[in-house]
Amino acid sequence: MSELVQAHAVHRDDFGARLGMWLFLVTEMVLFGGLFIAYSYMRSTYPADFHHAGAELNATLGVTNTLVLLTSSLTVALSIVAIQRGDRLKSMAFLSASLLLGLTFLAIKATEWAAKFHHGLYPNAPHLATLPHGEQVFFGLYFTMTGLHGLHVIIGLGVLTYMLIQVARGRICQDRYVQLENAGLYWHLVDVIWIFLLPLFYLAA
Amino acid sequence: MSTQNTTLPPSYLVDTGSRKGLLAWLTSTDHKRIGLLYLGSMLTFFFVAVGLGLVMRLVQISPFEHLITAETYNALFTVHGVIMVFLFVVPGLPAVFGNFFLPILIGAKDVAFPRLNLASWYFYMAGATVVIIALFTGHGAPDTGWTFYVPFSLHTGTNVSLAVFGAFLLGFSSMLTGINFITTIHRLRAPGMRWFRMPLFCWALYSTAWVQILATPILAITLVLVILERVFGIGIFDPTKGGDPLLYEHLFWIYSHPAVYIMILPAMGAITEILPTFARRPVFGYKAIAYSSMAIAGVGSLVWAHHMFTSGLSQVAVMIFSLLTMIVAVPSAIKVFNWVSTLYKGSIDFQPPLLFALTFIFLFCIGGLTGVMLGALAVNVHVHDTYFVVGHFHYVMFGGTGMAFFAALLYWFPKMFGKMYSKKAIYASWFPIFIGFNMLYFTMLVLGVMGMPRRYFHHLPRFDTGHDIATVGSWILVLGLLMFFGTLVHALFKGEKAEDNPWGGVTLEWTIPSPPPQENFEEIPTITTEAYHFPQEEIG
Repeated sequence: MSELVQAHAVHRDDFGARLGMWLFLVTEMVLFGGLFIAYSYMRSTYPADFHHAGAELNATLGVTNTLVLLTSSLTVALSIVAIQRGDRLKSMAFLSASLLLGLTFLAIKATEWAAKFHHGLYPNAPHLATLPHGEQVFFGLYFTMTGLHGLHVIIGLGVLTYMLIQVARGRICQDRYVQLENAGLYWHLVDVIWIFLLPLFYLAA
Repeated sequence: MSTQNTTLPPSYLVDTGSRKGLLAWLTSTDHKRIGLLYLGSMLTFFFVAVGLGLVMRLVQISPFEHLITAETYNALFTVHGVIMVFLFVVPGLPAVFGNFFLPILIGAKDVAFPRLNLASWYFYMAGATVVIIALFTGHGAPDTGWTFYVPFSLHTGTNVSLAVFGAFLLGFSSMLTGINFITTIHRLRAPGMRWFRMPLFCWALYSTAWVQILATPILAITLVLVILERVFGIGIFDPTKGGDPLLYEHLFWIYSHPAVYIMILPAMGAITEILPTFARRPVFGYKAIAYSSMAIAGVGSLVWAHHMFTSGLSQVAVMIFSLLTMIVAVPSAIKVFNWVSTLYKGSIDFQPPLLFALTFIFLFCIGGLTGVMLGALAVNVHVHDTYFVVGHFHYVMFGGTGMAFFAALLYWFPKMFGKMYSKKAIYASWFPIFIGFNMLYFTMLVLGVMGMPRRYFHHLPRFDTGHDIATVGSWILVLGLLMFFGTLVHALFKGEKAEDNPWGGVTLEWTIPSPPPQENFEEIPTITTEAYHFPQEEIG
């Protein structure tokens, strides 16, 4: 009897864990979905202003950041493959690469934001208030959406760091890696959302 | 019995781990204990909000007109709404009875993610704490109404940001519970527990969980936007910066209307458990009830703009949303007809849970039918923002979800605590609850048709009589509530020991001891029959 209880106490359900993660990703998509609704409504209201405001953004930096983030997704996927093959060190190396790429993304993002602040293009800035309504809304949305995305990147970096520790301690190993897979799913979601943000803002001009 | 039979595993109420007392409860991942944590905290908030409502009624009769200021009145209806909606009615049945009974009803030992389940409760308490802090700090409690409509919510000096953040945390708790329940139902059904063998409460929780995860994030982002708007002035809702306040209303109701179904679907599910047990018949139209839950969840997500008929929507949009609103009444009515048909020619055993279940059907019908009236544009424009609306949603929220909560509590109380309450005292409490309820809220419907606007501190003399009746009704109702909960608290300490199956139910929770053992089942059961398979059927 007590053995049965024990067996159920250590009961694991990797499929269930992944299902839970996918459901969580659905909530994340709906969360951003609210912002995408706001964006599409505002853009259809002020198409010309969005076109002008989009020209203020640096498309080169935007595309660079996209490549950085896509590469980081690849390295996360490779770290999962590595752990499946039992190669702990390789898995840790790929995870570290993802962390570095994530930090690079944030650094580029920070320089972009700093430039916008420098040009007085931030909410409540006196200069922004002189621009047409549509451009004000554009930058309101820009800071909200890239800001919320950036927050997800920061959370993702925290999660990946934790995964790195778990792999190092052997808690994630060849026959027990669903945690890492779920962390990877989250990181891919962050990536996918950015892929939508890029054309909506940087390529709006 | 249990003292003689030492092989019985200890009940979940007994501490067996290294931690004892309160700490054992606060760190427990047992779904049953978490259900009780929710029950205790939720009822505390419920009574606070009842108290606030009582004061709001009191100042509407002349002797107490100057008890509070108009500003305090604004804060009162806001806080009453926020607490009742976000802390009681939305989490209500899923968090308490869903947590406690979902795993038992499908033959599982716990939910899929027990630790996440405990985390949900902490999110709930964190959200509640933040909301309560918001009442007493800053420049006073929020005075916007629970809907936090812009532009007022952007400009008022009261503590809106903090209260909104509290609601955000509560939304997180609700979402995590939804994720947990869907995974549990997909993964942890006992052998033989096919989808269409599940008790219908599980179906209700399943459809609710989908609404929770598909709608709540929209509320979360909307509330975040309100905070960003207040702190940084991003301008999305602010017309002086090109934003649009109407966008807020849309986003808010895209969540908050489906939230109505988060509130009512589990209530309907609980009623569907109670009726067959006391009619000794399988539920009539099992699949119709299961599908209608999903239909309500689906169509209910597409009706949000009926809250905004007077905000200047296009005529086409108004007609579409009006039509969709009428359509939601269809699956709801399917349920009502199925419930009544379940009782028809049943061998009715009249017990307190059945009394409250029938009360639910009666009051919910009034709430539902006034809802159809409000869905019709012509009536809506006339009674928009009047007491008619207030009366309508109290019939649905309180007469519907509230009464179902009481019925479920009466039904499962002996199982949860292993104690039986005094049935006579519960019957006695029903009269003041029912009479007080209708005096209070039916009068509101009448006042609304006469033209009494909601959220007004003062009213014209011609509404005096109505307000007097409603206020007296509120006293009678509260008296009934005190009798009701007094009886249950008394039973908790002095009640007789309950049998394992006091009502003759046939779902899985009645096959295990009262209160249930820690792991629910000694052996995971194998299911071979449909739900609600009453033995006498085999004889007849």
